[in-house]
Amino acid sequence: MVKTKSKIIQRDAVVVKFVGDSGDGMQLTGTLFSDTAALAGLDLATFPDYPAEIRAPHNTIAGVSGFQVHVGSKKIETTGDQCDVLVAMNPASLKSNLKWAKTGATLIVDENAFDDAALKKSGYTENPLDNGSLSGYNLVKAPITQLTREAVKPLGIDNKSADRSKNMFALGMMYHLFDWDFKSTFDFFEKKFKNKPEVISANKAVLQAGLNYAETMEALSSVFQVSKAKIAPGRYRNITGNIATAWGLLAASERSGRPLFLGSYPITPATEILIELAKHKSLGAKVFQAEDEIAGITSAIGASYTGSMAVTTTSGPGLSLKSEAIGLAVMTELPLVIVNVQRGGPSTGLPTKSEQSDLYQALFGRNGEAPVIVVAASTSANCFYYAYMAAKLAMEHMTPVILLTDGYLGNGSQLFRIPKVADLPAIKPPIAKANDPDYKPYRRDPATLARQWALPGTEGLRHRVGGLEKEDVFGNVSTDPLNHQKMVDLREAKVQKVADFIPEQEITGEKQGDLLVVSWGGTLGPVLEAVEEIQAEGKSVSHAHFNYIMPLPKNTAKIFDSYKKILVCELNSGQFVNYLRMTHPAHQYLQYNKVQGLPFTVSELTKVINQTLEEK
Amino acid sequence: MNNQPNLTIERSSVELTKEDFVSDQMVKWCPGCGAHAILSSVANVFPKIGYRKENFMFVSGIGCSSRFPYYVNTYGIHGIHGRAAAIASGVKIANPHLSVWMATGDGDSMAIGGNHFIHIIRRNIDVNIMLFNNQIYGLTKGQYSPTTPMGSVTKTSPQGTIEHPFNPGELVLGAQGTFFARVIDAVPRLMTEVMFEAAKHDGTSVVEILQNCIIFADKTHDTVTNKEHRDDRTIVLRNGEPMIFGKDKNKGIRLRGTKLEVVTIGENGITEDDILVHDAYQQDPGIHLMLAKMAYPHYPVALGVIRSAMYPTYDDLVEEQISYAKANGKIKCVDDLLNSGDTWVIS
Repeated sequence: MVKTKSKIIQRDAVVVKFVGDSGDGMQLTGTLFSDTAALAGLDLATFPDYPAEIRAPHNTIAGVSGFQVHVGSKKIETTGDQCDVLVAMNPASLKSNLKWAKTGATLIVDENAFDDAALKKSGYTENPLDNGSLSGYNLVKAPITQLTREAVKPLGIDNKSADRSKNMFALGMMYHLFDWDFKSTFDFFEKKFKNKPEVISANKAVLQAGLNYAETMEALSSVFQVSKAKIAPGRYRNITGNIATAWGLLAASERSGRPLFLGSYPITPATEILIELAKHKSLGAKVFQAEDEIAGITSAIGASYTGSMAVTTTSGPGLSLKSEAIGLAVMTELPLVIVNVQRGGPSTGLPTKSEQSDLYQALFGRNGEAPVIVVAASTSANCFYYAYMAAKLAMEHMTPVILLTDGYLGNGSQLFRIPKVADLPAIKPPIAKANDPDYKPYRRDPATLARQWALPGTEGLRHRVGGLEKEDVFGNVSTDPLNHQKMVDLREAKVQKVADFIPEQEITGEKQGDLLVVSWGGTLGPVLEAVEEIQAEGKSVSHAHFNYIMPLPKNTAKIFDSYKKILVCELNSGQFVNYLRMTHPAHQYLQYNKVQGLPFTVSELTKVINQTLEEK
Repeated sequence: MNNQPNLTIERSSVELTKEDFVSDQMVKWCPGCGAHAILSSVANVFPKIGYRKENFMFVSGIGCSSRFPYYVNTYGIHGIHGRAAAIASGVKIANPHLSVWMATGDGDSMAIGGNHFIHIIRRNIDVNIMLFNNQIYGLTKGQYSPTTPMGSVTKTSPQGTIEHPFNPGELVLGAQGTFFARVIDAVPRLMTEVMFEAAKHDGTSVVEILQNCIIFADKTHDTVTNKEHRDDRTIVLRNGEPMIFGKDKNKGIRLRGTKLEVVTIGENGITEDDILVHDAYQQDPGIHLMLAKMAYPHYPVALGVIRSAMYPTYDDLVEEQISYAKANGKIKCVDDLLNSGDTWVIS
């Protein structure tokens, strides 16, 4: 074979998407690719896109699993609208993902997978590789299955086993395309298959074969060169939002000295947090996989009463089941972190897709007047920080806190600058002292209005809490009308007072101008990127992205006063914008909403923002 | 068998009395309600158990029974309907140094809380469950419950219920329960004795209390529990003692084939040697299940400790796993965790 001489294309960012059948190992391929990118010094963001079925019928559209990686030398805010390189392992994955490839994108396909049966199953009437329909792309037809089998034949590996390594052939081709070192991937094989030397050799041989093959391909004669990103100095790692959430909670437990208790029930896309925390018993984390969502939260309430930093994790349908118990935590004024990794709803909805449609539920989804703090993370990495802050606020203000993330943040990954636990803000829960003669269950700290946390086992503090209304200060059951009014007002005031303890809202861009784009939670990346693009054109647009939802930062009204128009963008039918209309009725709000289970694309947002700027 | 109370719970350095557990709250159960006697038994038995008074904790759900935590001076949570077992699970797992007690009813635990009830038992979490079984919904004023006898006329069954009731003992053993006992609200001495046994048991203990609701299901257990014929229609089981009952102490239970049989000593050549001796501590639940299911008129209703078998408790196993992980795990603090695996420095 003749080795072609590679041309070099300088790029500040490249988007790659791996797609295939759900058994083809696309998630692993994407993860290994992004780890290598990170080690090469690039900034990155990833997004896995997988079906709800574990193994949907082979070669069908329903069974397509994908993993998108955005790498770059510039700051990477999103996982990318459309990809520059699409690696498709079968016809179904090509068919369902072609719309996510840029015009002129490089398509790498396993031509061996495009047989009549597979084409038919995916709904193609003729082979797209042969009929010219892909002429607008840089099509690379690689006999991946065949070459993978040949690569491992000398090791005595049969075809069926060989086929499991096809994804590594594709990965090898990608390493050529980016001119990256594959050492970290080889290290992964060594570790992962420690007791299966034949699997290590097979994967190494296939990856090398893919790399060698790509070097000979005319169509891959140009390789990308993405220079190192300008990233703040420090120690980094790759992290998904769900792992970051789990670690943020562990950090808050350590910093507050309160042992972590998690009561949880598996649910997509939140399960990863439960799995992660279950690994960390050496840090004293007690993880209780409950019989249902309700037992998840009520066990956590029991643990909270005894002095644990109690957490329950779930997604939308689970939050519905927990509603009554959240009311109990509101009434008993016990600290509790409720993590909702949002997914598409209502009901079972779109379990593996992302949405922001649980905001109303978080704010209002309980019987009675039941205010809770609501906080939302906005990047996979800052799930760590907001999980930490959710726990801090819960314990210091003696109230449940709902932390909203979403499937997109939870499963997506990003570079994470590793903090030192000692540098995180201190957490000081108001724990009652033994034999305090002044102790009363509902006596409050005037600054926070939080009651004290009196832990069972402590001398002189025996008391009862419960779901029945309690007498102010003394905590006895009370049905007195004026007392009820007072307690309702106190619980509301306690949550509103949190505004004194959270940072002011920040703005990207000018402090005043024609348009303020408002967003919250998991949409930070695309909204910020869109705003920055338009700012670069010299237009007057600024961006406020909210992480503290209930209460809102104190300067919110002042910010809104400073712009001619306010446009609120969110992945629901307008829940945050309506909440703003309720809490800040003096302003006019425009809204842009999408509820398709998909993140915003930068291009749709720039279009909407430009239109809004132009409209009189 | 285990005669020691739980060693992980700190004992009181001073002698406690009933007054140590009396709360200052007005008890608002109806006059004549069986719950008053249960409250009195608890106040009697807690000082005898010997733990520090601060280490007792009561958890309840919703219903008449579930007002209990307000009436006893311990730490306590009055929870939400059906969830007491889940709350108590969290309490005990989070702090195994507490003696955790749960007050619940037949509606709270057999209906809305059925799921949590079977799972706390299956896990064998060391919680003492007092199941107030009055066969009716009292606090909502008289609807049938999962233990209401079939055919009973209640507010929601004007033509009689058409549901097969649960026998709580059968449910407990079906869920692999390690401790089940049954008592009558009107016999406080037995109640106190059994609660002491429940406290000593490591693992979930369920004490079913046949309780009278004087307003909505008065005399529901009367056929069995009325003083007039109680001795003939119930049998008090005590470990190591033959299963003899009756006013004249001449009736007994024997095993015939695969079934229990009531026999009279002195008739048909039956002697005391034919009578089963109660072994509450045996692990095999076969006989325990038969005893728990005994119902009038074919059998006497079994009272006392029917089963008390030793199995590891969930809460002990949690502590074991945590100690092991702490001793052997590489990650000793969150900084270790954050820096574990692949990391790199950008300068």
